[in-house]
Order: sequence, then structure tokens, then C-alpha cells
Amino acid sequence: MQELIKQIRDSARQLLEEGKVHCVIGYRQGSIPMRAQPYFAYTPEEADNLTWSCFCTHNLAKYLIGRKEPSAIVAQGCVTRNIAGLIQENQVKRENIFILGLNSPGMIDHRRVQARLPGKIIHEVLEVSDHLVISGPGFEEKFLKRDVKRDNCYTCTNRNPVIYDQLIGEKGEETGGGNIDKVAAPWEGLGSDERWKRFQETFKECIRCYACRDACPLCYCRECFVDESRPQWCGKTVDESDVYAFHILRAFHCAGRCTDCGACESACPVGIKMRRLTSKIEKDIREMYGFTPGLDTEAIPPLSVYRPDDSEEFMRK
Amino acid sequence: MLEKIVFKDKLDGLLDKLGREYGLFAPVKDGIHTVWTAVFKAGDLDWNFTNTDLSPKGFLFPQTECMLVFENDPGSTEGMILKQPEPEDRPKALFNIRPCDAKAFAVLDLVFEQDPEKPDVYWKEKRGKTLLLGLACNNPCPACFCTSVNCGPHHTDGLDILMQDLGDRLLLTPVSPRAEGFISDLDHASEKDIKLASELEQKAVGMIKGRVNMENIQAGSIIDVFEHSAWERLHESCINCGTCTFYCPTCHCFDIQDETSGVYGRRVRNWDTCMSPLFTLHASGHNPRGGKLARFRQRFMHKFKYMPFRLKGALGCVGCGRCTQKCPVNIDVRHVVNKINNN
Repeated sequence: MQELIKQIRDSARQLLEEGKVHCVIGYRQGSIPMRAQPYFAYTPEEADNLTWSCFCTHNLAKYLIGRKEPSAIVAQGCVTRNIAGLIQENQVKRENIFILGLNSPGMIDHRRVQARLPGKIIHEVLEVSDHLVISGPGFEEKFLKRDVKRDNCYTCTNRNPVIYDQLIGEKGEETGGGNIDKVAAPWEGLGSDERWKRFQETFKECIRCYACRDACPLCYCRECFVDESRPQWCGKTVDESDVYAFHILRAFHCAGRCTDCGACESACPVGIKMRRLTSKIEKDIREMYGFTPGLDTEAIPPLSVYRPDDSEEFMRK
Repeated sequence: MLEKIVFKDKLDGLLDKLGREYGLFAPVKDGIHTVWTAVFKAGDLDWNFTNTDLSPKGFLFPQTECMLVFENDPGSTEGMILKQPEPEDRPKALFNIRPCDAKAFAVLDLVFEQDPEKPDVYWKEKRGKTLLLGLACNNPCPACFCTSVNCGPHHTDGLDILMQDLGDRLLLTPVSPRAEGFISDLDHASEKDIKLASELEQKAVGMIKGRVNMENIQAGSIIDVFEHSAWERLHESCINCGTCTFYCPTCHCFDIQDETSGVYGRRVRNWDTCMSPLFTLHASGHNPRGGKLARFRQRFMHKFKYMPFRLKGALGCVGCGRCTQKCPVNIDVRHVVNKINNN
């Protein structure tokens, strides 16, 4: 990890010194345990604030949207897939960005760590090779990182960067080891009543802060449908119908574009597993259209085009 | 001597007494979350929590609150009918509320009841009926900084009773007159226990390492703080979600909507957030806070400059640290305030 951090800083410093980019978007050490903060380095000196860890859960691709000056970005596999998607959707110009690509170690779900330490106040968490060393008043614990990863990192299909200008470190394991198709649709086999019940249980605690939407690199609409007021499509309350309408519509807006980066679940302050919707939709997209988003900057997502020979199985039922 | 002592396993008497008048709620763990939950007996209580995920502000200022219901049937001779919604059945007692959250209620009193002639009736009605039994913090978390913002781990502002956790027993200090009746029959506390509580307070204060400095923010003019060059860099990573505002125990902005179905309807107010562009969007299409920087700045200006300016020095922050812990991009309020405080 230290070697990767050094390489990120060296590359960032060089890019800034040579004036190749205006800014390097990466992460810096968070202010509380198990957090990394998105960070923008503008000077060679600031490059030394950049870091890399298994807590880099926020997807930085979104920060590229609307940046006029050339920018570099630290990007692991899923983030590069979102960058590819943003290039395809004309939100980012390829020539305007410099991708410092690197293999993702699989990011940690800090809630999972806390869940194993009920009632304990965590003061410090250190990464020591494949372990985390967690300490606080009166305790020290050691967990294997692979036991406390985010759900999406277990089933990652592209840990290595898909597109990049410079590789940081070396390419590593391509997948997280889990089979996404096996876990993507946990409700698929259930009857509609049971499915609805699970759906309600999953989303009922939502407080509508929109952290999922605002963290998502796909959600860049200038005005989100929930914010439209003339007409207002969606109610503003935390009543079930308004909450569910938001989540269902958002998931469908992401169909065929979602890279399963997990930024939504990491951002959610409540801990809602919204991937239960999005990963099912992506499974459908793979099965119906044979399409996986973010692997090719030229590939048009299937729901962005009309084709007379589109799969229409659902209409025949 | 007002202080009383009660053993934790003998709390049922007090809870029964409270339960006769109030619906009792307390922080209880639900998985990794700590949530406000209805409790009935001593065994339901949790003594090993830091603080609840969501603050208790929703008890007095619900995220979605019906203000009135209406009926407007053109075929009816009754005309437009407006009705108050059904009031809550029982007043509530919040047991083990943390001092920072009680302080937040005291701050919100200044907002919602700033004009005694025209208080916010929805707030005032519930606030007047709600009893707050606070549990002092002995183990503050790494994001806390209450001691920098007119509060502290054993503070009593806003509370009716302060309870200090001495291990197997609680030291109870009445703060408001209405609390005294509930603890009058408990044993008097010993000098030794009072001293122990005071030592625990000193220890807790010492554990709070986070500090914010506000001298320059308070001394500077509003326009100087508003135009501080540091906002540009501070706001960069903010994704403009509403997490900080919804988790904040003192954020209190709301939006009012009428919802109709046929001839029936209701008026609801919902928490709103200054992070959202819609919050300030005018009907004309103009948005006075159209940019992310302006929205980010507003939240901190409101808490650390506008509120003290308008409310006799009261800050819109109690140092609970929820915003820092919940922020998806780790924006740390302490860092922001300290940067803005640097001239």
C-alpha cells in the first residue's frame, strides 16, 4: 500500500509540475477512522496529501463532470468503468482527462467492522497487509480484510482499470471471486407478496437525503425527477409511497449503465442495500441484451437506443 | 441536597411512575444502529451506546408532519373545511437522551419560539409536553466536540433531569421543577457519589480532543466570513446530499406542501435541506443559491454566524459529530470551521 501511495504522489506531482493537468482528483486520509476523503490536488506540494487505502469507497468519476481544465484522476476498476460510461454519454472528454489507473484491493464496509464490535468506540483502524487492526478504549482487534468488504467488492468483475493513461502499481486479481449472477437478484425466486415485503423492509428506513443519488456517477441529470416542481412527479414525504417511488424510478434510470461500484450503498447513512434493485436490473440487462456497462467508451447502453429487434419478451407474457 | 441515587436494576419503580404519564422512549441498539425505541422496563435499556444514529429532533419536529387536513367539495354546502389533525395520544419522555441532543432542543426553542406571541405551535405543543431525562456521556466518540460549542458531556441545558452513570447506579440531578416529583422518593446521593460523578465529567471532558475555534468568525463581519477564500477548497468534495442536515439535531428548515386526492387533502411539512438547489429555487427559475459552493457555505454560515447574530450568540451546533460521521465524503465540521476561522 505504501508503495502505491508513493507512486500516486510521484505521478501526481509530475503531472502538476509539468502542467499536464490542472488538478489531480484522488483521496486523502479521512478525519475519522475508516474514511478517505475525495481530494483535489492543484500544486506539486498538494500531491503529497494524496493517499490510497481500502477505505476509498466514494466513486470519484462524478467529479470529472463539468471540469473544463484537464484533470487527472485516481481510478480503480469500477471507477474507470464509470469514466468510460461518462465518455460514451458525452459528459467527459477523453482527451481532457488523465487516468491514473490501479487495481482495487476491494473496499471495506466500515459498518461491517462496527457490527463485529458492538458497543465499542473505534478510535483507530490500521491496514496491515491483508488485515485491519482496530483499536479503541480498552480493546484491540484484528480482522481479515476479506471478511469485512463491501458486498459489491466480493462480486467485482473488473478490479483492474478498464481504461487508463498510466498504471499505478501492477495489475492484480481481476475479480472479487464471488459470482454476481448468483447473488444479483436475491428476490427473484420469491412470489410477488414476499418480494414486496422484502422490498419494503429494505427501503423503509430511507430518510430521503439523496446521498445515494448524489454519490452515483450516473446521476448527473441537471434536474433530478424528484426535484422537478412543475409538475412535481414525486411527493416529498417519508411516507412509503414517496420513498418507494424515488428508489424504483432511480434504479430504472440507471438500468444498463450501473457498474455496481457500490458508491450508493457506501454513501447511505442508513445502510440501505439499494443494490438489491440495481444489481437485479443489471442482471436482466446482461441476460436480455448481453451488455455489461463501462467496458467500452464507444458501446451505447441498450436502453439508450431503439432497435426494431429489441428483446420484447416481457410484452408477450 | 438535590441529587438522588438509584441502582440500575431498581429503575423499574421510576420507569413505572413515568410510564403512567408518558410514553417512554430510549436509545436501543438495532444491529449496528442505535435507534430511539419504545421502552417499558429497566431491562429494555441499553447502557453501552454512544448516541443514536438519528437525533431525537423528529419527536418534536417530525420529518413529515401533517399540519392540517382539508376538504373542498364543490357539491357540499359546507364549503372549504379545514381541520386540525388528531393530536398525539400521549406525551413522551425521552430517557437517556444525550446532553448534546437536549442542548439542541434548547437551541431549537430559540428558533421555534423566538417570538413568544407567535411560536411555532407544532413545536411548542410537543416540546411543552415532552420530558427529557438525560444520560451524561462518559465515553465521547472521536467525532465529538461539544466542549467547543457551549455544551459538554455532562451539560444540563434543555434537560429536566441529568443522570450520571456511576456503573451500577445513576446519580440523578433535577434540572426543571417538573422533574422533582418523579425522583422525590429516591435515596439521597452520598458525597462520595457526587464526587465520583464530578470526576467522570472531568475525565469525559478530557477525552474530547476535537476542538473548533470561532473567535475570528465571531469577531469578523458577516461579509468577511461569507467571502472567505477557504470556501472554494472546502466545498469541493461536497456532493450536496442532505445527510448532514437530516442527521443534525439543530437543522430545522422545512418545506410545506399541500397533497390532494379528489376533494380531500392535507398540508404537510417535511424536513428540507439547504444543500438542495430546490430549497432556494424561485418560481421565476432564478436560484439565488444556484451553485454548490453557495449551498455548502450557507449551512456553516447559518450555524456559526447567522444564528449567533440573530439569537443572542446561540450557535446552531452542539458538537454531536453526527454530520462528520455520516457524511459520505467525510466533510468534517471541525475542519471547516477551523479553516474559516483562520484569517
